[in-house]
Amino acid sequence: MVVALIALIPIGYLVVRAAEAGPGRIVAILARQRTVELVGRSLLLVTLVTALSVVIGVGLAFLAARTDVPGRRVLAALAPLPLAIPSYVAAFAWISALPQIAGLTGAVLVLTLCCYPYVYLPVLAALRRADPGLDEVARSLGRTPWQTFREVTLRQVRPSAAAGGLLVALYTLSDFGAVSILRYDVFTRVIYTAYRSSFDRSTAAVLSLLLVALTVAISVGESRVRRRDVARIGAGVARQPEPLRLGPLRLPMAGGAGVVVVLALGFPIASLLYWFTTGLSAGLDAGRLGAGIAATAWLSLLGAVACTLGAVPVGILAARHRGRFATVIEQVTYAGHALPGIVVALALVFLGVRVVPWAYQEAPLLVLAYVVLFLPTAVGSVRSSVAQSSVRGEEVARSLGAAPGEVLRRVTLPLAAPGISAGAALVLLTCMKELPATLLLRPTGTDTLATSLWTQTGVGAYGAAAPYGLALVVLAVLPTIWLMRASAHDRGSES
Amino acid sequence: MIARRTLTLSAAALLALSMAACGQDSGDGAQEPLSDDALVIYSGRNETLVGPLLDKLETATGVDVQVRYGGSSEMAAQLLEEGEGTKADLFFSQDAGALGALAKAGRLQALPDATTSKVQEGFADPAGLWVATSARARVIAYDPAQAPEATSMTTVDAVLDPKYKGKVGFAPTNASFQSFVTALRVSKGEAGAKAWLEAFKANEPKAYDNNILVLDAVDSGQVALGLVNHYYWYERVAEKGADAVNAKIHFLDANDPGALINVAGAGVLAGSQQSEAATKAVDFLLSDEAQQYFADETAEYPVVAGITSTKHDLVPLADLEGLAIDLNALNSLEETLAMLDEVGLT
Repeated sequence: MVVALIALIPIGYLVVRAAEAGPGRIVAILARQRTVELVGRSLLLVTLVTALSVVIGVGLAFLAARTDVPGRRVLAALAPLPLAIPSYVAAFAWISALPQIAGLTGAVLVLTLCCYPYVYLPVLAALRRADPGLDEVARSLGRTPWQTFREVTLRQVRPSAAAGGLLVALYTLSDFGAVSILRYDVFTRVIYTAYRSSFDRSTAAVLSLLLVALTVAISVGESRVRRRDVARIGAGVARQPEPLRLGPLRLPMAGGAGVVVVLALGFPIASLLYWFTTGLSAGLDAGRLGAGIAATAWLSLLGAVACTLGAVPVGILAARHRGRFATVIEQVTYAGHALPGIVVALALVFLGVRVVPWAYQEAPLLVLAYVVLFLPTAVGSVRSSVAQSSVRGEEVARSLGAAPGEVLRRVTLPLAAPGISAGAALVLLTCMKELPATLLLRPTGTDTLATSLWTQTGVGAYGAAAPYGLALVVLAVLPTIWLMRASAHDRGSES
Repeated sequence: MIARRTLTLSAAALLALSMAACGQDSGDGAQEPLSDDALVIYSGRNETLVGPLLDKLETATGVDVQVRYGGSSEMAAQLLEEGEGTKADLFFSQDAGALGALAKAGRLQALPDATTSKVQEGFADPAGLWVATSARARVIAYDPAQAPEATSMTTVDAVLDPKYKGKVGFAPTNASFQSFVTALRVSKGEAGAKAWLEAFKANEPKAYDNNILVLDAVDSGQVALGLVNHYYWYERVAEKGADAVNAKIHFLDANDPGALINVAGAGVLAGSQQSEAATKAVDFLLSDEAQQYFADETAEYPVVAGITSTKHDLVPLADLEGLAIDLNALNSLEETLAMLDEVGLT
């Protein structure tokens, strides 16, 4: 309940601001041809990025987990790392190398390369957990490998792919950095423009509420896909499935996967290194870099812990109770995720100054902003983990006389532990890269790596900015590795 | 086992959060806690550019100074949202538009005449709510190999010539470019400005993310002409030496919108507990020392008479003054952006 209230802060604020506009203006704003056009452009971008991310994410996960593709260990290790690259860094790398990429092409390319790990990670975990026996049965019944993949394997990973796809869709909807660098006009751009041009908070609020409506529509769609989740008792037979022999396709498949990883990971890092070497002459402010690393690690860690604490109850509720109440609470938490950071930040400025002036522009309020922004990331992880463990275990525990609290402590939480851990790592990673809310709400005088990066690129000092970008990537790699381990060991209840 | 770990983790988390709530910060060189007698400055100007100058404010004002850096527009929205609960005493802005919006919302207090009278005519808000601290001119950057004739251009209309098709660079999202379009609307009227923008678009100009990249493109010959602010070129020449910079810049006629003068400025927040110190800070930004800093370090125009740059060969501001635009009028940005949208130049 409390969690849902926290998630409602920005919506409440938006309603207050939008109400100031009055019904006549609200209709006028919504009916503007440009508004309609931009909703269309946003949806086009979201559809393309989500579809491509699902294809790439599922494809890479299948190659890494179920086939004899050469170099699959390396692939499995490198595939999630693009999560560590902020989308604005990737966008800058691409546009400085290929100026003609600006527009829809560039936006789809960059966002897909940044986002596919959101699909890859849960699908990989699901594939490793799924009992390959089903596929073998299908093969023995005369299905071709392709039919088996389509009818059996895909069905098993559908809930994970849908959950990942939802995160991709919401992220794409709320992203501003990449689309503004790549000059593809979408919805977030109008919201920013409304603030920039006339400091007109009412118009921005009306448009943001429209964005919230879109989010709810998307997450309702996702829960339809998820309706038929499969849970089973135990983790099936813990064994390595017989890898699928790709035969003559081995090399092209490996090549394709290699290209994706090089473009998503190698290219932006190479670009940062290039700028780093050109900027070395400018000297390196080691003190500031160290302080930035410390502040980023500390604030993100607080954000991850707070988000996880909030996500556990919501995630369990969403997985175990199919009531309207649970659904509403879960979907409320998604609202914050699709709003541009600046909107969430201003909502907390409004609230912070009036309600908790002592916490305004101090760590607690910034952490609260992270919770509002990234709660869904953690909720999704917890939920799919709980959903995949059978409810029977809890029922048995109850029938043996355990109190509800004890069941939660001894059965549900241990079963959900891998998901909780993965969710925490994912939030940690996302907090590190966050910029707009951090700028407005950080304690005066504190700089994170993202804000220092912003300061340097603001005057075009890309060489001086590169060390902060590299440090951010290196720092973000740590939770990514933790994420991979969490999904590798995700074998349900054995411990 | 895991349950116990979870419990430990939660306990640790709660402890950490409550510690954070006590206003502990991230242990990065231990900030002094914000005391009520500190002067809080919101700076929309970049730390790299003005940090060294603002560091001197403690000496100039005699109080503790805390500076927050951010984007001018975002900070203006933040100040409006904070309303009377703001901790900020002074807003140092990258452009006049953000100051104009705060003035319009009644969030700024009038500066004393002694302060506003320091700047040259036309560089303070008529009601004295804010004052310009430095100025920048719009110029045409050109590649001498491709467009040597740029030296004789008098008006920005020259970039509409079909011979520059696909050869003009600009930064559509840059606030200074948008101010130029506002100036275009003021001088040519709405219909005239729209016709100009349509002709400009038909000439297939190349859009870049910022002024720096436009100048890069001119320098490397990717484009023949670029619409930029003057100081980018001066900074580059100071950094690389005049011989290493291929691009040149040309100042258009003073009364042409393409020669618009934009300003950065400062205003004191209404209800500030520190209005005396904040006013002293504004006076410092208008002092000879600070004006010399703008002229030398950021290659901007001083707004106080009698200061000339010792580093850059700046055309005197007096020669550029012409286009009479009330700088507050530049906050009609919304109409400008709507027009750019309509024409498809975003």
